[in-house]
Amino acid sequence: MVSNLSDYKTEVHNDWCPGCGDFGIVNAVQMALAEMELPRHKAAIFSGIGCSGKTSHFVNVYGVHTLHGRVLTFAQGAKLANPEMTIIAVGGDGDGLGIGAGHFVAAGRRNVDMTYIIFNNGVYGLTKGQASPTLKLGLKTKSLPEPNVNQSVNPIALAVASGFTFVARGYSYDVRQLKDLIIAAVRHKGLAFLDVLQPCPTYNDINTRDWFAGMDQIDEMTKKSRPRIYKLEDTRFDPAVHIDSPEEENEKITQALIKSNEWDSKIPTGIFYKNEIVGSYHERIAERIPNYLENPPAYQEIASGTRPITDISKFLDNLQV
Amino acid sequence: MASIDLTWVIGGPQGGGVETGANVFAGACAGCGLKIFGKREYYSNIKGEHSYFGVRVSDKQVHSNVVGITMLAAFDAETLFRHAEDVFNDGAIVYESDLVSIKADEVPTLDQPFKDRLVKYLGSKNKPITIQGMLDAAKERGVTLYPISFKTILSNLADETKNPKLRGMFRMLNVLAVSVSLGILGLPPDTLLSSVEGVFARKKEIAEMNKHAANYAYNFASAKFQKFKYQLSPIPKEPGTILVQGFQSTALAKIACGCRFQSYYPITPASDESVYLESNETFDVENNRPGSTMVVQTEDEISAIGMVVGASVTGTRAATSTSGPGFSLMAETLGWAGINEVPIVVTLFQRSGPSTGLPTRHGQDDLQFAIHAGHGDFPRIVYASGDIEEGFYDTAKCFNFAEMFQMPVIHMMDKFIASTVATMKRFDPSKITIERGKLLQKATPDYRRFAPSKDGISPRSRLGLEGGIFWNTGDESDEFGHISEDPGNRVYRMEKRGKKLETALETIPREDQAISYGISEFCIVSWGSTKGPVLDAIDMLKKEGYKVGFVQIKLLQPFPTEYVKTLLKDTKTIIDIEANYSAQMGSLVNEYLDHKVDYYILKYTGRPMTCTEIYESVKKILDRKAEKRQVLTYGV
Repeated sequence: MVSNLSDYKTEVHNDWCPGCGDFGIVNAVQMALAEMELPRHKAAIFSGIGCSGKTSHFVNVYGVHTLHGRVLTFAQGAKLANPEMTIIAVGGDGDGLGIGAGHFVAAGRRNVDMTYIIFNNGVYGLTKGQASPTLKLGLKTKSLPEPNVNQSVNPIALAVASGFTFVARGYSYDVRQLKDLIIAAVRHKGLAFLDVLQPCPTYNDINTRDWFAGMDQIDEMTKKSRPRIYKLEDTRFDPAVHIDSPEEENEKITQALIKSNEWDSKIPTGIFYKNEIVGSYHERIAERIPNYLENPPAYQEIASGTRPITDISKFLDNLQV
Repeated sequence: MASIDLTWVIGGPQGGGVETGANVFAGACAGCGLKIFGKREYYSNIKGEHSYFGVRVSDKQVHSNVVGITMLAAFDAETLFRHAEDVFNDGAIVYESDLVSIKADEVPTLDQPFKDRLVKYLGSKNKPITIQGMLDAAKERGVTLYPISFKTILSNLADETKNPKLRGMFRMLNVLAVSVSLGILGLPPDTLLSSVEGVFARKKEIAEMNKHAANYAYNFASAKFQKFKYQLSPIPKEPGTILVQGFQSTALAKIACGCRFQSYYPITPASDESVYLESNETFDVENNRPGSTMVVQTEDEISAIGMVVGASVTGTRAATSTSGPGFSLMAETLGWAGINEVPIVVTLFQRSGPSTGLPTRHGQDDLQFAIHAGHGDFPRIVYASGDIEEGFYDTAKCFNFAEMFQMPVIHMMDKFIASTVATMKRFDPSKITIERGKLLQKATPDYRRFAPSKDGISPRSRLGLEGGIFWNTGDESDEFGHISEDPGNRVYRMEKRGKKLETALETIPREDQAISYGISEFCIVSWGSTKGPVLDAIDMLKKEGYKVGFVQIKLLQPFPTEYVKTLLKDTKTIIDIEANYSAQMGSLVNEYLDHKVDYYILKYTGRPMTCTEIYESVKKILDRKAEKRQVLTYGV
């Protein structure tokens, strides 16, 4: 069965600003779902708050639009209870790296088999453009009264340090690469993080589409602009941990961290780090609860009619006097 | 009248095995058919601060502690300083004889306000501020003293067993103190030994060593000392009796009623429940597919409740367990579950607030907060259990309420119940029913999650159900679950959610809304764990010819106005009893009933009420000698 892209679109009116980078991301999500031919009822989009939070309403799979900063908590609960679901969590950079930063780190430690996409534009758009955690120190975007006084957080580095086992970056105006990255993230066994650079045309007048295209850096020889965005897959960069050794892991983590610091004139996209040797949370649980995956919480029978069918007698026997 | 009813208290430094000692004592007594009601008190501390465990033993079931101690067992000085005054005049103190010369100033964990009271007390008795002073004051009142050199017992034991290591085994002082006590109280030694074996079941070698020590100390005491005035003797054992702690009952019910996901963040006194649940995470199910409850320790309580909601939208029965500070963090997500009509259960083990408050102490401070937590106007059910046994059956009801009415349910428990250990009838899972409400097994064509229905409750799909796709959002939403700011839709959704609360009140049987233990001209109205001491106090009053009624309100939101009104229609005087400062349930009575509360009996020391205190204060009311508001203060 070939899935139609249109099957994954809802008829909900999309009220993002014209030219918003979010469009590229939602398109890439829909394309990825169609290409993977995921049955619609087996997939769910969990979203946070803000412009990106509306994403779940535009995709015709189960959609759970949660609370500011909390999307990972809801999404993990659902995935743990029903491991058969393909779960994609989405949210803004303020949502995931500001108010939700604690959950971001904790999720990395768990390595639940799902995907988390951050729509990264450096501003809080829906509240009129305040500085977000990824805006660089000293920048003064359009609606800031004063330049940003905080250092920016590096999402790729934080994800690697927190234990995410797939860490990648996409660009919302390269929908094809982004779609491929989403498919790779979904297929990854473990928690995948995708940092998507997504210009906010209304409030971020610095990191614009032209800026990413390098329109401000003209090569003196060719008189052409030098695009900032380049793809790691076009270089010799190998993000994957291939063998189970601390040295190999160290090396791959270190090169990912170094790459993640490239920003001003050249910005890499693609996969920074990938490690499938670390077991997923589901595998860890299955070691304790052997039939966890074939009889997960969501599918366990608990009653016959209204009569409970769980046997607690062995626990009560232990309390018997 | 009970022929056996005594209170044995063991105290010692936190980490010194007080709880283990009390468990051995309770197990030994329960093994002889005796009824137990025990309660643990401790500081927010890992090692060194004073903790104690009071075990009330009786030949008929009691539901609370009393004022006073029949026998105090002390292997450290602080226990004697803090509790000797509390021993009944005809009571006894079993103590380490080496302690007598210790001065109060030499005990660093005695706080200044306590020392000030101690100096005043011993000064009034003309005694020095030492253990000897405490003991002399007790002896003058008639208290029997049993000095024991536990160190000598250890070294004799070491010689006898040719095991010199035993000489320094101070960790066994607890078991020695229990065994000496039971020797003096005359309980046959066999159940003591089997109780030791049970408590140390996981460590065979240690069990053997302790059994040996217990046997030696027991024989030593019964040979050396004359029989104490009060004796414990076996009574016929009622078959099907369990000895259970509060946090175990809700956990066992969660397993039985199909809760398959629980997330939590560590907090006193709630996390014991989650840890117990995780220790028992797999079990048998009739369909021959072993079942499991997944327990996830999260990074904070916000994550804990977020995961519960996530699990619940997959159709899994899911719960979190917490205490006041954690529940505060859950408020926003509670509203999300409310607006999206997601069934979740929050088991709320209250403790004394506000803020960190008295983190290891009891309180019923969070009733009004549970009713109002979260911004905006949304329905929820608040349901309170009165004791350990109710905790079991009510947990199952709470999951039914959550699914039948598709809303968050806050199950009110508290520290008093959580750290009580008591004998009771074995829980009967066949008395539990599982009602899943309008949860769909198959989607209907043109499915809409929030489709209109007369009772306000729409068919509920779950993630993974073919044809059942829906959306949820914290924004107001239309029938599909998509964002809608339309005023007409807003009215529809508000009224739909509001209607569910009316449906709940119509559906929940009256016997689950409130319990009447008899109605009288004077009637006590209370909720939660205050039930036990109230029942025992009523018994005490009855013996003196006083008649007083009692209504225990269990459903606190929505408030069962009609039923409570019916119950109280012939009552002239309402007495509100609860463990908080502002009479939080009393204010509900005042809000919903025409008949306002006449008298308040309140306690907010962080220590549970005793039946003695309630007996005395209610008696004052019945004798028309009471102030409108009486505040109770007993307890170390």
